[in-house]
Amino acid sequence: MNIGFFIDALITVVGVTTPILLAATGELVVEKSGVLNLGIEGMMLIGAVTGFAVTLNYGPDLGDMAPWFGGLAAAIAGAASSMLFAVLVLTLGSNQVATGLALAIFGIGLSSLIGAGYVGMIVPSFDSVFPDSLAGDPLWRVVFGYSPLVYFALLMVFAVGWFLNRTRAGLILRAVGENDLSAHSIGYPVIAIRYAAIAFGGALAGIGGAYFSMVITPMWAEQMTAGRGWIALALVVFSGWRAGRLLAGAYFFGVLMTLELYAKASGFSFLPSQFWAAMPYIAAVVALAVISAREVAGSEAPACLGRPFLPNA
Amino acid sequence: MNVEVPLRLKLVGVSKSFPGVRANDNVNLSVKPGEIHALLGENGAGKSTLVKMIYGILAPDEGEIVFDGSPVRISNPRAARRLGIGMVFQHFSLFEAMTVLENIALGLDSRLSSRELLAEFNRVLEAYQLKLDPRRVVSTLSVGERQRIEIVRALLLKPQLLIMDEPTSVLTPQEVEQLFETLRKLAASGCSILYISHKLHEIVALCDTATILRGGKVVAHCDPKRETSRSMAEMMIGANLKEIAKPMSRGFGPPKLSAQGLTMPKPSEFGVALKDVALNVRAGEIFGVAGVAGNGQNELMSAMSGETTAPTPEAITLADRQVGRLGVTERRTLGLCAVPEERNGHAAVGEFSLTDNGALTGRDRMEMVRFGLIDPGKATNYAAEVIGAYSVKATGPGALAGSLSGGNLQKFIMGREILQQPEALVVCQPTWGVDAGAAAAIHQAIVDLAARGSAVMIISQDLDELLTLCDTLAVINLGRLSAPMKVGEVSIEEIGLLMGGVHGDPAATVEMTEALHAHPA
Amino acid sequence: MRIRLEKRLTPSRFMQIATPIASVLLTMALGAIIFQLLGFDGPRAIFETFITPIAASYKWQDVATKAAPLIIIALGLSLGNQAKIWNIGAEGQYIIGALAGAGVAFALPDAQGFWVIPLMIAAGIVGGMAWAAIPAFLKTRYRVSEVLSTLMLVYVALQVLNYLVSGPWKDPKGHNFPQTPPFTPAQLLPHAIAGTAIPPGLVVGILLTLVFWVLTTRSVYGFSVRTVGAAPNAARYGGFDASRTVWSTLMISGGMAGLAGILEASSQLGQINLGFPSGYGFTAIIVSFLGRLHPVGVFLAALILAVTYVGGQVAQTVVHVPNATAGIFQAMMLFFILASDILVRYRVRILRDVPRPAPAEAVA
Repeated sequence: MNIGFFIDALITVVGVTTPILLAATGELVVEKSGVLNLGIEGMMLIGAVTGFAVTLNYGPDLGDMAPWFGGLAAAIAGAASSMLFAVLVLTLGSNQVATGLALAIFGIGLSSLIGAGYVGMIVPSFDSVFPDSLAGDPLWRVVFGYSPLVYFALLMVFAVGWFLNRTRAGLILRAVGENDLSAHSIGYPVIAIRYAAIAFGGALAGIGGAYFSMVITPMWAEQMTAGRGWIALALVVFSGWRAGRLLAGAYFFGVLMTLELYAKASGFSFLPSQFWAAMPYIAAVVALAVISAREVAGSEAPACLGRPFLPNA
Repeated sequence: MNVEVPLRLKLVGVSKSFPGVRANDNVNLSVKPGEIHALLGENGAGKSTLVKMIYGILAPDEGEIVFDGSPVRISNPRAARRLGIGMVFQHFSLFEAMTVLENIALGLDSRLSSRELLAEFNRVLEAYQLKLDPRRVVSTLSVGERQRIEIVRALLLKPQLLIMDEPTSVLTPQEVEQLFETLRKLAASGCSILYISHKLHEIVALCDTATILRGGKVVAHCDPKRETSRSMAEMMIGANLKEIAKPMSRGFGPPKLSAQGLTMPKPSEFGVALKDVALNVRAGEIFGVAGVAGNGQNELMSAMSGETTAPTPEAITLADRQVGRLGVTERRTLGLCAVPEERNGHAAVGEFSLTDNGALTGRDRMEMVRFGLIDPGKATNYAAEVIGAYSVKATGPGALAGSLSGGNLQKFIMGREILQQPEALVVCQPTWGVDAGAAAAIHQAIVDLAARGSAVMIISQDLDELLTLCDTLAVINLGRLSAPMKVGEVSIEEIGLLMGGVHGDPAATVEMTEALHAHPA
Repeated sequence: MRIRLEKRLTPSRFMQIATPIASVLLTMALGAIIFQLLGFDGPRAIFETFITPIAASYKWQDVATKAAPLIIIALGLSLGNQAKIWNIGAEGQYIIGALAGAGVAFALPDAQGFWVIPLMIAAGIVGGMAWAAIPAFLKTRYRVSEVLSTLMLVYVALQVLNYLVSGPWKDPKGHNFPQTPPFTPAQLLPHAIAGTAIPPGLVVGILLTLVFWVLTTRSVYGFSVRTVGAAPNAARYGGFDASRTVWSTLMISGGMAGLAGILEASSQLGQINLGFPSGYGFTAIIVSFLGRLHPVGVFLAALILAVTYVGGQVAQTVVHVPNATAGIFQAMMLFFILASDILVRYRVRILRDVPRPAPAEAVA
């Protein structure tokens, strides 16, 4: 085992972590506002297919800028699909669990449908942000050699953490998730805030999905997110709804997922690959039990999570 | 003052309707600057709706609101606050998991930096001599402290008009006096206060003038210092208070419902532990438990009904059976029925029909169940029987409980339990939020039940109700029950002392009780 | 002009029945439009998906076969949903149930006799129940949301399946494919009852529908479940234990899912492989909502969704839409039923703005 192997492993970890980090960061904001959106998998796939399609179709016209437009399109598509969920849940008061599931199933199906014509094609990927001397360096590529989306994901986690804990707007969002009736009594627009949070979550999920179709393999395939959307959900729970823990937890999950890949490929570990594949989910369940049992203030589920907002009840 | 100063607040012909009810009908109200103005009325008289319109939560259907001489349209609470109207609600808008300071920041419209906010916060505490730690998490605070957060929020606005909605229902007498001090200081500085309550003795102690609402209309203006509690009560209720027909000099039978050494742990963070409670209710006796809210009434109710089981079987006895370890259903089968405080969601299910609600508690005693199945015919008949016997205004047994008015639903619930012919009945707040007619019917039903030989226990925060109905009275305080007293032989002072012994300072309690009862009833 | 929503005093019976029907019709209409816009023959796709399976009698067996597991699972889920207990891990319980039953089969490869199948079925039910016991325990002991715990366990179950069919249970004669050996004849249920086209699963489904109907509408247990869902405090007051309800509903829905799993494995597939999880556990959630949590509604909704499964395959062949089409229709039906739910609880009123001051008018 030499340093090269170690670097390759690290790069793989970062690669598998980034999409779930993006989706989970978005979902963190959504859940902090009191809404549970289970439709992440669907939104990611819609983002993936949209980003791919836009990059492919506008590639010739935009050249190097095409992937950036693709990424933007993925964000918009993710946000738009989340609005389907938002209208049902916020304005029509429908059951959040069922609606989220419906969004997931819908997204999976719709993306397959839209992507049917794109199977097997390739798009150009992002140019790296850093100069080639750093990005290509055998050692330093660990830090500088990633797709821009990776740095974007890290930036977003820090931005969201700062937003939630250090700004007034973040305080209000947390209040809405903590006690929507109180926030409403004081006069805050609970529904509007939740719409915004859900749209943000959708946008990030869309970008997370685009990572699959535009960075990992610049190709489209049906259901290519392969359940990562559900891991993102597990991650939000595992993090105890705190941004710092989300970041750490994401990389922890990334390590687990990488172990699964290596175990499958080379029989590397004495434990079957399925064990590592199952670990993120088991870890999430354990974390849930620990959090709920201990009731540590500040890392509890937002009190309104999943409950409909009924101001006149 | 004879100078023509514009009224701080004037309501002219304000009305508001909801489906099925006219909550406010052509209300006129005038509040002078610096005046403490009481808004008096029973539950459902329209007080809350009226102030919600003043605070911008609801919009009037008709009429005009004039503030400091100019007509205004108050479209939302933020607009109200900008005018200088503050409100302290009965139910607090707080965020449990956050700190006091964060909660206050959330209650403000303006953006202040943390430092500025803390400075303002301290200024208000100083000016009104209040105590509150900005860094405490709200979930760890007592009710009185939480109310203080709401008050500080309102005071930070530098309000011209402060609306207080039933502020003392959850306070100890000492906290009430502190609140009154704060309000008097505020009024002295020119702020008007609109004080909503149905507690007559408080209004007499605090307010300069009173407007009385009944059925959505203004029925009287008066000066509380010139009225008696009784005359104001009559204006509120609108009829001469009827004496309850209670057969005098009844003999009591053998003990039917007792508790002995009943000790229960706190059910939750904010619950109250019961400590060594002992009581004894004989056949035909009506036993009352008085006390300020939050002293263990609900916990006592749960323990008696069986919703929470006692640690030992002998803690609770029904006739000669030890039932402490038995659950609700088993106690009911043995003849112990109960009516908890909350109508909607506890004593009855709003979404269910009256038939289903009848089956909720009546299915065993009224023999509706065979082979695990409920006989729909029997269930419907029972509900119809209750409706008929207690004149419940409903479209039939199929009506949803949530569609009934408070009074009618309470009549149904009481009737449902009484028609099961219990050996013992425990009720909590039997006439809270109920119109006077239904309340009278419920009181009569209770008296009749006792006359037939059942033991009745009433837990209530309405001392007048207890004094009217009960033969024997005890006071619950911080989870302890006082020794029983015969109603004819005890004074309000003694009861007040027992209720107010919260902080263990008898002298302060005596002073307080005297202040509150300074005016003869 | 404003649109205002007024809460109804009584939920509308008419709407409760009309909205599922409307949801299906709207899905058909909107689906046709979407497909047309994406370049496929929209109306034809809808026709093949929804109408052909009903019209062509040779498709009925397929529909019945697909409907059976949906009915069984959704009956169990509906019970829990009435108590506001959301088991979204039925897919995992389905898998574990099938594995448990298969495990019994592989442990007794030479067994003969009519007791083999019932034993496998019993094992399947117990397996599903055991998998649901974990979230039940977590909820009653640690207040862990069953939404999250049941969902996470689905993916754990998938890995268990993966591991078993790729490792210890791999068929030595299976050319190294990840699949188990086929069941022996004693371990198989027929595809259809002899002489008819009715799959055994459907018979079980019909019987269970009747059982659940009585259970839900007439039994004390059904009453207790509804009460726990409507008002937990009232349920306690009425003598119903919420914890017991959590356990019983999760166990029942887990057991039903496990039952569906072993029935599928032994009557349709004849073995277990990676393609075994067909998503019935998730589709059953849609069936439960579309059927408004009522056993008869669930039965009908399962038939409708089975039609879309079968029709989806037809449409794939005829109109060349991808297989994922069925999922889109199913999700759309769920969206519509969820959206229209509001019409059951609220009445839509269109108001004209009245200029002030207006004559006093009590709104009755």
